[in-house]
Amino acid sequence: MISIQGLSKQFGATVAVHNLSFDVNEGEVFGLIGPDGAGKTTTLRVIATAMLPTAGRVTVNNLDVAHDAEAVKQLIGYMPQRFALYPDLTVVENLNFFADLFGAPRAERAALIARLLGFSRLTEFQTRLARNLSGGMQKKLALAATLMHRPRVLLLDEPTTGVDPVSRREFWDLLTEVHLQGGTIVISTPYLDEAERCARVGLMYRGELIACDDPRKLREEMNATVLEAQSEQALRARKLIEQSEGVLAVSAHGDLLRLLVDRAERAVTIQAAWQANGIAASDLRTVKPRLEDAFVLMLQKTADGQPTIADRSAVSRQRSAVG
Amino acid sequence: MDSNSVALYTQNLAKHFDQFVAVDDVSFSVRHGEIYGLLGPNGAGKTTTIRMLLGLLAPTSGAGAVLGFDIVKQAEEVRRRVGYVSQKFALYHDLTVAENFNFYSGVYGVPPLKVPERRAAILQDVGLNGQDNERVSNLAGGSRQRLALACALAHEPEFLFLDEPTAGVDPISRRKLWDLVYDLAERGTSILVTTHYMDEAENCHRLAFIYRGKIVAEGSPNEMKTKQMLAQVVEIDCDQSDAALTTLRAAKLFDEVALYGALIHAIGTDAREKISRVRDLLQSCNVAVKSIEVIVPSLEDVFIARLRNVDVNDK
Repeated sequence: MISIQGLSKQFGATVAVHNLSFDVNEGEVFGLIGPDGAGKTTTLRVIATAMLPTAGRVTVNNLDVAHDAEAVKQLIGYMPQRFALYPDLTVVENLNFFADLFGAPRAERAALIARLLGFSRLTEFQTRLARNLSGGMQKKLALAATLMHRPRVLLLDEPTTGVDPVSRREFWDLLTEVHLQGGTIVISTPYLDEAERCARVGLMYRGELIACDDPRKLREEMNATVLEAQSEQALRARKLIEQSEGVLAVSAHGDLLRLLVDRAERAVTIQAAWQANGIAASDLRTVKPRLEDAFVLMLQKTADGQPTIADRSAVSRQRSAVG
Repeated sequence: MDSNSVALYTQNLAKHFDQFVAVDDVSFSVRHGEIYGLLGPNGAGKTTTIRMLLGLLAPTSGAGAVLGFDIVKQAEEVRRRVGYVSQKFALYHDLTVAENFNFYSGVYGVPPLKVPERRAAILQDVGLNGQDNERVSNLAGGSRQRLALACALAHEPEFLFLDEPTAGVDPISRRKLWDLVYDLAERGTSILVTTHYMDEAENCHRLAFIYRGKIVAEGSPNEMKTKQMLAQVVEIDCDQSDAALTTLRAAKLFDEVALYGALIHAIGTDAREKISRVRDLLQSCNVAVKSIEVIVPSLEDVFIARLRNVDVNDK
């Protein structure tokens, strides 16, 4: 449905996206993940025909975004990070406005809006001013407006950022409905648990795609073992072993330590090091890797190859973890 | 409660705005050097609680103390000793990093002669060394948050309030901020953090779920997942996941059935007992099941199950 080949986008001297290539299949939920400034928003904007590529070719349903922008616009619904709702209009007035904008036929309008209100669970709030909606409801209204012209492809730029967990689940419920009706979805998100909900994810870093696969495969084919232990002295325990051989990364979460090691046998030496230094910790156990673990490793590998001033501190931190 | 044995406590703290109960009899305590999380959706009462603890808002009833000082009668003393990073930290965007730090040092009454040394040390800690003369408007979101933290640390507070400190900050910057928070806790600073990011809640030593002004569960992240979970999560690996999802939703066996890539998560109070029915159902519509297993819930699963329980009881 979407094909991206060798996409680059520069703003003056800044390279926002560099030589990006991936495809999104029809009906797929595709996640774009990566830190701020990785190029996720730029990529979505190019697909949305909101900006032209510097180089490369992007097509939606075989239509070129650079040459057939108007035709592409009919196919896509683009929800930017800051979707422009009118705060002084009610929910239903906002939807009417977007119906005008998309030239929805008068005769069908009432039915269309009723359906979108029902879909977004906003029917009972239709007379509320948009500015009095919670953040989660505003996002649902924005999604409803984006779906006004029945796009086959949804492009969503961090639609759940700053949205609370309950609203987040509801929003994903709505996306699942779009998916079940055959819609293609490209969603950028900073949340890795949301990435797990996608059929495939692309991990972007500094304008490049450094991994692109089924999240489960990325987790399972990771070249490392994940160990966990409980310790009241989690920080001391972490500092003691983060430089040790075979330890790729260590993080403390409350009194839980999570270690990425090259092989499970490292547990023996780590446990011995703790014991020798009087650190009480539970036995290390092997646990299921999470997507986050896979990404930490991939980013580490990429960052170590080509450190820049911009993420100097990130690299030095990761370096010290690699030892 | 002996107010000196803990860094912070509240007892039946409540705040009513006319008919609206924003905070409803909230009692909890934060130990010295502990990172304590208040986790809840928007409007649950997290920020109102922090405002009362800072003496910015008078409680309707109940009591509390921070570092042994009463939050009502000794609010000035509390504010002098704590650092506060709010959701929208007021940095001056047209001033430089150093100028912002200097300004907050002045507000907190740091002796002027001590400021340069402290600024160098704290900016180093938060990874902004060498950027003294950078304007805030040129900083990325993650760097701004770390500057906000640096400013809140100017007077070396013993207690730190972080109100959704990482809203809108990317995962790597969030991780960096949390490393700083751990370092502070290790050096003895007690920390109360509010968040609605579940992965962040995992970083706390202990946390409380807050919903509609009430604490609905409390414990370490691990306890929350193992002891406090009111439902089970079953992970189903099968082909034709879309068809399976539709079938399972239509059967109404679970509170929630959601797609996770090619996998399905089904959540319900007796999900474990329903595994065989799931197998039968999926078999009858020709979906090939590879595996079904009960998995450790995410903190968010636990949280949502709790909220469902509260909502059901309210009805």
